[in-house]
Order: sequence, then structure tokens, then C-alpha cells
Amino acid sequence: MLDFLAAQWQTFADSFYRNFIEDNRWTYLTSGLLNTLLITLGALVVGVALGFALAMIRTTHDRTGRLKVLNWIAKLYLTVVRGTPVVVQLILIYFGIFAAVNINATLVAVIAFGLNSAAYVAEIFRSGIMSIDPGQMEAGRSLGLNYTQTTWKIIMPQAIKNVLPALGNEMITLLKETSVAGYVGIRDLTKGGDLIRSRTFAPFMPMLAVAAIYLVLVLVLQYGVGKLERRLRQSDRD
Amino acid sequence: MIETKNLTKTFGTLEVLKGISLTVKKGDKVVIVGPSGSGKSTFLRCLNLLETPTSGEIWFEGEQVNAPKCDIDRLRRKMGMVFQHFNLFPHLTILQNITLAPVTLKLKTKAEAEARAMELLKRIGLADKAGTYPAMLSGGQKQRIAIVRALAMNPDVMLFDEPTSALDPEMVGEVLQLMKELADDGMTMVCVTHEMGFAREVANRVLFMDEGKIMEDSDNPAEFFSNPQNPRAREFLSKVL
Repeated sequence: MLDFLAAQWQTFADSFYRNFIEDNRWTYLTSGLLNTLLITLGALVVGVALGFALAMIRTTHDRTGRLKVLNWIAKLYLTVVRGTPVVVQLILIYFGIFAAVNINATLVAVIAFGLNSAAYVAEIFRSGIMSIDPGQMEAGRSLGLNYTQTTWKIIMPQAIKNVLPALGNEMITLLKETSVAGYVGIRDLTKGGDLIRSRTFAPFMPMLAVAAIYLVLVLVLQYGVGKLERRLRQSDRD
Repeated sequence: MIETKNLTKTFGTLEVLKGISLTVKKGDKVVIVGPSGSGKSTFLRCLNLLETPTSGEIWFEGEQVNAPKCDIDRLRRKMGMVFQHFNLFPHLTILQNITLAPVTLKLKTKAEAEARAMELLKRIGLADKAGTYPAMLSGGQKQRIAIVRALAMNPDVMLFDEPTSALDPEMVGEVLQLMKELADDGMTMVCVTHEMGFAREVANRVLFMDEGKIMEDSDNPAEFFSNPQNPRAREFLSKVL
């Protein structure tokens, strides 16, 4: 029995050595992780900024009837981006739009994933804004605040609190979606694991390590969002 | 102070207001009564342009409210409004609810606004609630805060849109009491309500609205309630009194 366990351990240790230690293969994972984090964070900034702008255009149009042309463009954008796979968009942007320019591949991924995420973030923000009772806008306006002041001081703080869970969800989705960056030759975390597999032919170990790292990242993200939610919910207690 | 000329409002094919002309003088306490769907709330909401009238004119302190060039945000500062559902800002404390508009509009410094807010809160006996959130208050307390929030802008007129209709019966009294005190202080008020007792006691003018028109306009509320001239008003009052 002990012999069996010892043999198993030896197999594991050998495999671990081959997959991660030999030739410094662990650096595939660390440099991949760094790229994944860079792409996710960058895309998040682009996605939230653009998504917010799109949501403001859509809701301002729906509530006041202004911005007709911008609203039409925003709707078209949402339809196209949400109606096509992110890998296709990434390939089009990488090999199509930026084909002739010498540009950092990671930056292209940031733009591609950011543009994609923006469409989803826009709908999340929009649903949050629309979920606020119209009486809140009326109360703000009746006090003499203008549309913009009421939106910023009264509507947005409540809307953001409402959409935080959905926004956290989108962050998690985005983080995992960046795993297709390998399609255009970017060495992200998933590609890093895959490169190890292609050297060692180990079916499980590199990818299980990749999966574990994604899981830890998601857990950290969940914890952070949960904490923020609890802090923003202090006014709900009664 | 407020004047409307032949005001109409249609929602799609539905004619809600069919030509309302009314003059409210400074110090008037106008109470508008009438059955549901008679257009009284719509009319009140037209006065500060929460609803845009389809045709007609609204004048407030010598300016046409519904003129294209009118700065409605500036005029609204002088027209306080109280809603049926209070519409307090749930993410702000009571004190912040009251100081938000004066501070954002730079009419007062934060310290001045807070001092004024505390003064108003003391007056209604809710100073101890300054740091709490609206979710912790009763309906009556919320509505009194909403009134105070409007008062913090030092309005020239207060518009009340069924201020007690969403309240539990035992909380109606405290809100009406505060409104009475405002009336006694000489505030100009336009009030849509189903509280006939309040109308009889406080109003110096009662309007009966039905089907988008003013059916009866009485500057003698006691007379109106005991002996309404309009048959529709008589029918309405026989049901509610």
C-alpha cells in the first residue's frame, strides 16, 4: 500500500517537474497570467467607459427623445457586437483593421475585448438606470436640478448599486473570454498552458493549473464585488 | 403669481385637459378636488412642466413657463413640489436629501444649507433623524421630510400632488397638520387632494375638476361643500363626504 502511494507520488512529482520546473516552463504560466490580467483590466476600462456612454445615450433618448442619431448608432453597435462571436471580432480587428499597422498585440486584444464588453456593459447600465423609479428624476427636476445634475447625483448612485452584481458577472465573463486571445497568437494564460502541453504532451497537469488560476482570479473578483455591494447597501437597512 | 390660459394636454388620442384657465394669486390656498382621471394631477404637473402641455400658456411670476426659451430649472427652484409617493432619495441621508439641491445649485454653502435643514427638521420634530436614511422612516415622516426638502429651496409656491393618498390613515394627520402650518404662514399653495376636511378648513378657493375641465370654481369652500352648484360636483361630494 505504502509502495503504491509512494509510486503515485513519484509519478506526480515527475510530471510536475516536467510540466513546470524543467526549462522554466512555469514562466509560460506567469507571463501568460500577466497578459491575461493586462487584457482583462484594459478591456474593463474600455468596456465600462464606452458602455457607460452608450447607456447614457440610450436612456437619454428613451427618457427625453433627444440624441436620435446617436441612439440609432448605439443600437446598431449593440446589435452587431452582441450578434457576433467575440473570436470573430478579435480576428477581424487583429488581422483586418490593424493588419497594416505595427501595433502591440496585447493592445489590440484590449481594444477588441473592450469594444465587445462595452455592448454588454451598456445594457447592464441601461437596465440599472431604467430600474430607478421615474419619480426620482421628477423629484430632482422639481427641485430645480437639471437633467445632468439629477442623473449624476440621484439616478446614477442608485443605478450603479443595483447593477453591481450584473457588472461583477460581466467582469468574470470578460476575464474568461480573454482565453480566446491565443487565436491571434497572444500568449495569455490559456495559451501558456497549451504551450506547455504541446511540449510535454501531458493531458491534464498544465490545463488543470490554468483552470485553478482562473478559478482563484474569479474568487478574488467575487470577493471584491461582494464587499463593495455590502458597503453600498448601507442605506437599505431598516 | 401663476396663470394658465386655455391649457390642454392630450396623451395620444386621450384628451386629459380641455382648456384650463386659472389665476392663482400670492397667498392663495387653492385645493383641487375631483374624481380619478379628471386631470387634476396632470394639471398640477403641467404647472412646473413635469408634463408638457399640448397647447395653452402657463405663466409664473411674469415669465411664460412653457415658452421654448424659458429656463425651467430656474423657475422650478421657486415652485416646491410634493409627490404622492414622497420620492425621497433613498441613497442619501435625511439631511443630504434636504441639502442636495441648495448645495448642488450653489445657492447656499454646505454649512448654511445644513443649518437651514436642521432648523426645518427641528420645526417638524425630526431633527434626530438627520443622519438616518429614508428607508428607516414611516410614511408620514417621509412625506414631512419631502415637504421640508421642498421648503429648503425657499419656494414662492408649493404644489401638492395628493400628498396623503399613499399614507396609512393614522399618518395622514401629521402631514395635514404641517400643511396647515404652512398655509397659516402665508405660503401660496396649490393642492390636489381627496382630504375634503383639509380643503374645507384651509382652502380659500376650491376647484372641482371633471373630464379635463374646471366644473366649479368656488372662493367659498364652506358654501361649495354644503351646496355645490355643479351637478357633477354634487354627485361627487355625495359619494366622498
